[in-house]
Order: sequence, then C-alpha cells, then structure tokens
Amino acid sequence: MYAVRLWSVRHAKGLNRFYKAFERVIVALHPVWNKIGYEKVERPFQVMEKATKGFLFDCQMCGQCALSSTGMSCPMNCPKTLRNGPCGGVRPNGHCEVKPEMKCVWVQGWAGAENMGDLGKIQDVQLQVDNKIKGRSSWLRVVRMEKKVGEFAPKPPKAPPAKKPEAAKPDTAKPAASGEGKAA
Amino acid sequence: MMDPQIDPAAPLPNLPGHSSGGRLERILRAGKFAVTAELNPPDSADPRDVYDRALVLSEVCDAINATDASGANCHMSSVGICSLLTRAGYAVIMQISCRDRNRIAIQGDVLGAAAMGVQNILCLTGDGVQAGDQPEAKPVFDFDSTSLLRCIRGMRDEGKFLSGRKITVPPRVFLGGAANPFVPPLDHRAIHIGKKIAAGAQFIQTQYCYDVPMLRKFMDKVREQGLHEKAFFLIGVGPLPSSKTARWMRSNVPGVHIPDAVIDRMEKSKNEKAEGKQLAIDLIQEIKEIEGVHGVHVMAYRQEEFVNEIIHASGVMKNRQPRRAPRPAEPVSVVA
Repeated sequence: MYAVRLWSVRHAKGLNRFYKAFERVIVALHPVWNKIGYEKVERPFQVMEKATKGFLFDCQMCGQCALSSTGMSCPMNCPKTLRNGPCGGVRPNGHCEVKPEMKCVWVQGWAGAENMGDLGKIQDVQLQVDNKIKGRSSWLRVVRMEKKVGEFAPKPPKAPPAKKPEAAKPDTAKPAASGEGKAA
Repeated sequence: MMDPQIDPAAPLPNLPGHSSGGRLERILRAGKFAVTAELNPPDSADPRDVYDRALVLSEVCDAINATDASGANCHMSSVGICSLLTRAGYAVIMQISCRDRNRIAIQGDVLGAAAMGVQNILCLTGDGVQAGDQPEAKPVFDFDSTSLLRCIRGMRDEGKFLSGRKITVPPRVFLGGAANPFVPPLDHRAIHIGKKIAAGAQFIQTQYCYDVPMLRKFMDKVREQGLHEKAFFLIGVGPLPSSKTARWMRSNVPGVHIPDAVIDRMEKSKNEKAEGKQLAIDLIQEIKEIEGVHGVHVMAYRQEEFVNEIIHASGVMKNRQPRRAPRPAEPVSVVA
C-alpha cells in the first residue's frame, strides 16, 4: 500500500535494523533449512516474504532484494524498474514522470538512505535483474549466499565432465543448484 | 597533436590510457573544450535527410549524437543513423536507451556499432513510453543506464558478454552517461553521477541547462567528490525558438527545467528567435567558465542551422579548426 510504503521509508533505519537481526536468525537456522531441504521451505518462505514485504514496501518479489541499498524504497515500484537511482524525468515536486500522482521511488530512496544514516550502500552499483529468480524468496537466497550452498556453492575445479555422481558434495549443493535453474 | 586532415571516424591508434580510437576522447583528454551536437533523426528512409543535417553540424562539433527514439517518439534508429554517418566519415555518439530493447539486443547492437566505427556510446534510461507518440507500447527497461554502462564496460575491458562468453574482438568505445542536475533529488544528483562513473561512464552529457546558478551548485558538488577528474562533463545547451515553445517544453518534455526569468527574457524581446539564439550563446559563455566543465552538448531541436552560428559566436571553438565532413555527404552506396 502506497501510504505504508512511504511510512517504511520514514522508518528505514528501524526497519533495516530489524531486518538485519532477522537475517542473522535465518542464516543461523541454515542447518534446519538444509535438513528439510531448501526447495521444500522455498514455497512457505515465498508466502511469508510476499505478505510482509508486500505490505511494508509493495514488494514485487524480484527475488534479489536490494532494499537495504535503496533506502527501503523498493526500486521495482519505479515504472522503469530502475535499480540504481532516479531517471532524469523526475518532476519539480519530486513526483514520478510516468505516474504523476506517485512520489519518485528514488527521491524516496535517497530520503530513506538519509534516514538510515548511510549514504554508502545506496552507491553500490546494482546489476540488472536476474529474471530467472523472479518470485522466489530472496531471504532464502541470502542464506544460501552466506552459507555458500545451492547456486552459490563453490564450483568444483573443472573435473572431467559427466558420470561422477559420487564426487565431493552429493546431496546439498547439486540438487538445489539444478532446482534453481529449472524453477522459473 | 591533432591532424585536422584525419578522418574523424577512422579508428586512430589507441593512446595510452584511452579506451577508444575516437576523436572525442582525444579532444577531451588533450584538455580542449569539446562540442557535441544532437542530430534530429528524420522520419524518413532517405539517407540524404541524415547527411544534410550532419553536414551543418559537423563543421562545429567534435561528435554528433544519434538519438535513440528520444521522448519515446519513433524516428530513424540510432543504429541506422550511426551506420550512415560512420560510412561517410563522421564521428558519432550512439545513444542507447533502455526503454526499447533488452540485454540480448543491446549487447548485439554494441558489437555491430563498434564494427561500423562507432567510437562513443551514451547510455540512457530513456523517457517513459507515456511521453511519446505511441504510449500503448510495452516499456522494456531490462537494464537501467547504470547497469547498461557496467555491461558495456565489461564487454570492452573484460572482453565478455554478460553471460561470461568471450568476445574475440572487444568493442573499443568511449562510454558516456547522462545527468540532469535540474530535477530532484537535487542534493544527491552529483552522488548519483558518481555511481554512473563507478559503473563505467567516462563522459557525462547533461539535460538542457537554462539555470546557471543551479548548474554551479551541481558542479560544486561534482568537484567536492572529485568527479570532474574522473569523467568529462559536457553541459546541454539549446536555443529556444519562442517563449511559447519554452512553456510547452517545460510542461511537456520530461526533465526540462526553464526558470521564469528565461521565459520573461524571451517574451520581452522583439525577435524571440534571435533572443533564443543569443540566450544559448550567453549560456555557453557562462557555462564554459565553470570549473570542471569540459564542453557543451548542443541540442537544437529543428534548428540545426543555428548551431553553427551559436558555436562561432560563443567563441568556444576559436583555437581550433572547424571541421568539415571529410567525404562528400552524398548518399553512400550500400555496396562498397
């Protein structure tokens, strides 16, 4: 909801702090997710993430959340889905070129970054969206990234191709990785 | 160091620290005040429409910008214009907007453009489709201008597509980004440009400047960040044909800021067209004195014939030989 989204930007600092704590918890719970299987927890995570972030940020489930680098203003709500800052069409009142009734997502983003007291992260260059993982949980992705599992598992040095199923990591890495690719 | 006889579009040997073989990069790195100009793309399939317009511009500019459906209006494509112009020996800046093509199309275009002799690429977000003549179109925005810069820089410096697949001969291009110092968030516009520079922008072309005090504030921030030493800043300038057009532009063209004082000045004059020209000349003279400004980018919508006059009167080219098109601007046969 638009009003909630603006509230979230005003409270970017607290929300970011809350998220960081939450992230530590879900990262610490990696053994649990791993035991159940990342693909099995994926769906419940998606539902939870969509409900909370959808409410707070009008999250579009891009699957690669950048909120802590965008002042808690979701860049996917920009009609041009710009992930690195405002375009040159922002109206004099700070509203969107495409949707004049809406405040520019990036004017909000910079305000949010100021509220967070951190103008550093917003300057990180964000790469183009990976459309394969749209709709997937970016929380779980963060855990896999931290724990270097699934698609983030270190790639084995180029072994002779094919027919070596009982190599180094049988269960954890491989199935998750292939599941990622096929999911979308 | 510059030989006026050399073909401005022909790849020159790369100087150390240069990323393209182009003339614009050489001029800028040599510390000269550069002039670029925008070519209004024709609504026609006749190459002469491109050559006629390029001929007038080429005498007073270091590179010609080929726009990519600016304002989301359909015209001859930037790739098409660049193909004609490079064939005739002009130095061009190919504009790429993120609005109309996805990453697969754009990376292919970059290789094609570099193969034709395009030495400079300007990466733009692009106006929204709602601004143009076909608002029912599907906006793409697969990249944004910053990630596009990062991608082309990777193609050039790492010799790889986004996929990591190798490019056997990487495109040698000088990369540019756009800035609009005149719209919110004003306080953060300079930092935002820093981000584009970090992603690969080597030169910056700005939106029309009609408000010099505002530009000064922006350039103060640019210098604070040391960005003027990391990229070349070319400030957008253009003659206003009339006060009526000025009013129309500021309410209809996204991102154009024209202060009331400028419109008053136009209205009070007896000859609005001449006043618009004089305004552009005055602006250039003021802008060139700002520390950190490396050139101007002239956008004279449907008034190309004035560009020559404006540049000469402003005196920015006075130490340099105005250039002519090295080959006759006749339609060039497609078959060599």
